[in-house]
Amino acid sequence: MIKAVDGTVTGNDHGHSAGGGGNGHAASVAERKPIRVRVLRQDVAGGESYWERFEIPYEPNLNVISVLQKIAARATSLDGRAVAPVAWDCCCLEEVCGSCTMLVNGRTRMACSSLVDKLLEEGDEIELRPMSKFPVVRDLVVDRRRLFHSLERVKAWVPVDDSYDHGPGPRISPEEQQDAYPLATCISCGCCLEACPQFTKVETVQRAGETAESLEKRRKDSFEGQFVGAHAISQAMLFNSHPTGRMIADERLEALTSAGGIQMCGNAQNCVAVCPKHIPLTRSIARAGRAATVWAIKRLFDR
Amino acid sequence: MAQPRVLVIGGGLAGLAATMRLAELGVGVDLVSLVPVKRSHSVCAQGGINSVNALTRQQGDNEWKHFDDTVYGGDFLQHQPPVKEMADWGPRIVDLMDRLGVPFNRTPEGFRDQRRFGGTLYKRTSFAGATTGQQLLYALDEQVRRREVEGKVKKWEFWDFLGPVLDDAGHCRGAVCQDLVTMQFRAFPADAVVLATGGCGLLYGRSTMSMVCTGSAVSRAYRAGAWYGNGEFIQVHPTAIPGADKLRLMSESARGEGGRVWVPRTPQDARDPRDIPEADRFYFLEDRYPKYGNLVPRDIATREIFDVCTNEGLSVEKDRLCVYLDLTHIPRETLDRKLGGILEIYEKFQGVDPRVMPMKIFPAVHYSMGGLWVDYERSAAGGMVEGAVRNQRTSVPGLYAIGECDYQYHGANRLGANSLLSCIFSGLFVAPTLKAVCEGRGSADDARLFDAAVRREEERHRALLGRTAGVENPYDLHQQLGVLMTRAATVVRRNDQLESAYGQVCDLEDRWRRCAVSDTGNWTNQNVVFTKALGDMFPLAKLILKGALLRDECRGAHFKPDCAMPGIVESDPSAARVEAERWCDRFEENTRKWLKSTIAECRPDGSPTITYQDVDTSLIPPRPRLYGLVGADVIEEVWKERQAGQGESSREATVAAAT
Repeated sequence: MIKAVDGTVTGNDHGHSAGGGGNGHAASVAERKPIRVRVLRQDVAGGESYWERFEIPYEPNLNVISVLQKIAARATSLDGRAVAPVAWDCCCLEEVCGSCTMLVNGRTRMACSSLVDKLLEEGDEIELRPMSKFPVVRDLVVDRRRLFHSLERVKAWVPVDDSYDHGPGPRISPEEQQDAYPLATCISCGCCLEACPQFTKVETVQRAGETAESLEKRRKDSFEGQFVGAHAISQAMLFNSHPTGRMIADERLEALTSAGGIQMCGNAQNCVAVCPKHIPLTRSIARAGRAATVWAIKRLFDR
Repeated sequence: MAQPRVLVIGGGLAGLAATMRLAELGVGVDLVSLVPVKRSHSVCAQGGINSVNALTRQQGDNEWKHFDDTVYGGDFLQHQPPVKEMADWGPRIVDLMDRLGVPFNRTPEGFRDQRRFGGTLYKRTSFAGATTGQQLLYALDEQVRRREVEGKVKKWEFWDFLGPVLDDAGHCRGAVCQDLVTMQFRAFPADAVVLATGGCGLLYGRSTMSMVCTGSAVSRAYRAGAWYGNGEFIQVHPTAIPGADKLRLMSESARGEGGRVWVPRTPQDARDPRDIPEADRFYFLEDRYPKYGNLVPRDIATREIFDVCTNEGLSVEKDRLCVYLDLTHIPRETLDRKLGGILEIYEKFQGVDPRVMPMKIFPAVHYSMGGLWVDYERSAAGGMVEGAVRNQRTSVPGLYAIGECDYQYHGANRLGANSLLSCIFSGLFVAPTLKAVCEGRGSADDARLFDAAVRREEERHRALLGRTAGVENPYDLHQQLGVLMTRAATVVRRNDQLESAYGQVCDLEDRWRRCAVSDTGNWTNQNVVFTKALGDMFPLAKLILKGALLRDECRGAHFKPDCAMPGIVESDPSAARVEAERWCDRFEENTRKWLKSTIAECRPDGSPTITYQDVDTSLIPPRPRLYGLVGADVIEEVWKERQAGQGESSREATVAAAT
């Protein structure tokens, strides 16, 4: 959100600062070619997109975030025009908040852990595009509310009575914990959705004179029946395996077997390949598929 | 306002805990956050959350000892009742988070596993891999999402808090916020407003904090009249991974699980660290602090690492200050199970596997112990009265603060794994207070009050956008501010440097007034939002520098070499005793003079007026913090005798008064 641009602070000035800082290897840096960046920009939601090129001096050990910070600080395009700084999302810069997802050289990934030196091995120019499965807000910023809405659909929570003191939670074996923990590390970045052929863009554009409330309602309605996505299926499995969470397991399976549920998964397995947290998403999907089948049969006989 | 309604600013652990409990208590909540709440900075907390537990209890631990470790670690600068209440709540908070589904690591029998953190001798720290903050935050995020579906909570994500709205009597009646996408302004009338907006690490340029930790929300409350307490106490974490955009945290849990800090005895030894034999390695923390070893409190570990590099010249690299943090003696399987998350960060961002190669680390700004001054209602038992309207209230009636942005729990230095506890505790604990505030509120507010407040903010915004003819670049100014603050107000502080830094901050602020914005549009304008936040950093930077300048002593994270009290040099026992007596005299004198909260009030020009308040140390009398000091045993002996003597004389006085 709020960008701080200070990529050039070397905390080591006079050896008197915390932070260690800098990237000590100054030698030969000057000889390196500047870093070229091509950004697919868009000024407003629903607007036209266009390419703009930027250039910054080479420094070792940069990531895409520090490149964007330097671009923002200069706000000048390659051909020397003063332009508005590129807008992008970021927060923690250590790949745990899930903010900075974008297409870096065509691959969906987190900008913070995209290291420039590695990207330059692929070519002289770095290409940055916004995610294509979510509506663009501006430049590299996209609207990922649908991702969180999917978590509502599958009731991704433990239905506790209240927050009063009732002693500890259920006993859990180390094996169960080790199964659950990887699923619980999902950072809601949306990489799995971007890579999924079944997950297609849904965009609701504000009509002339439409109120924010009406727009919000139409947007929510537009999500219904659309694919929930691998992240939500995996969360449903996480909570269905928790001793208290599974008390509403049927409600989650109901959501997963209704329109936009597990049956939409085409088993392309792209999700697991792009997940920055290496979450076993296809295993969750397989588990969900089996559970959904059993549940559907059970429901047939219960009628 | 027929329906009670509270405005929560910030959706990290504290804000979400408060929101969850308020919704449960039937109070409607508007939750405002700069980012989707699930992306808040709390996700970066790695190591764990402290509480007394069944195991430590049987080893002699109890809530009082957790309380004692916290105030001793904090160098007695906290009011004690809130800390006692927090320690008492520890076990039930960890139980609650366990019930909410946090995947805490388990023992073979299925109980929660615990590890040891700095500043204590007990294994009090529950953890979920090395991403405990993330897991705690997600559990609360999920509960709040559930309440949102039920219609009890309304989230306003990608919204910026611009300031509280005060009525003529100075009571907070709500706030004005701005939509960061459409750039529209909106007033939020509320029965109470609670800030849960975290720390202000961005004042230092790069730190371990996230990009939203600008301190701007707190600064806006401070300018509106809320006092700021203990601003000069900034925690510098001993172990971070230096990077161009951020100094990424390497959790204390790396040492909690057996990680050892060392440097080669030969300066800049060129050998592969794995080939350097034990005899040629200097394990300086273990050497100097045999009792706590690598787990001394953070301020001490930080100073030692800083010192070994800068004064002893033993930095691993020549051009860059760093020491080794070594995990390579621990089995890979154990490391993956207990520290996987943080080791991956190192590997991902440094391209080196810390399981086979010692990590290179150095201290970085990490946590603001100081924050908005808040009040509390003391209970007869020495804790806090639950539901009292004074709890967590700032000096502005109706405006509350919780989590890292309050000053209440960590004194002069925070112990590892206590921040997650204080955030969740203050969030849960403030909820009944806010409910009581709602019930006490009567008439609806005049709409004109809010209209005027919105207009003021719109005006300020327009003025900034109109500054296209300016010459200064906000990003450059921020970088300079960071260098300045890092140099003057981190590990070692000197009055001449602090004084000169204060002047330079004032200069930077003047230059900020001539800032140009490169984006003058009104759609997702991150440029103007950053420029605004930068402007809000100056008042905080000034109060930190001023507080540090005036405080002529060493306490916790605030270290002035000119005021240091070195250990005992005499080796002869009787001479050492005399010296220890003198040491204790000086300690008592220093306590009388400086055991006080620093209170900053904002003047109209943004500069601070500093005053001091006594600290409630009625439960545990202050005692010298002697970690690793030479002659600590003699000092401790003398000190205990004095305490015993005082105990007797005060008993005598009581008896005399009774008869």
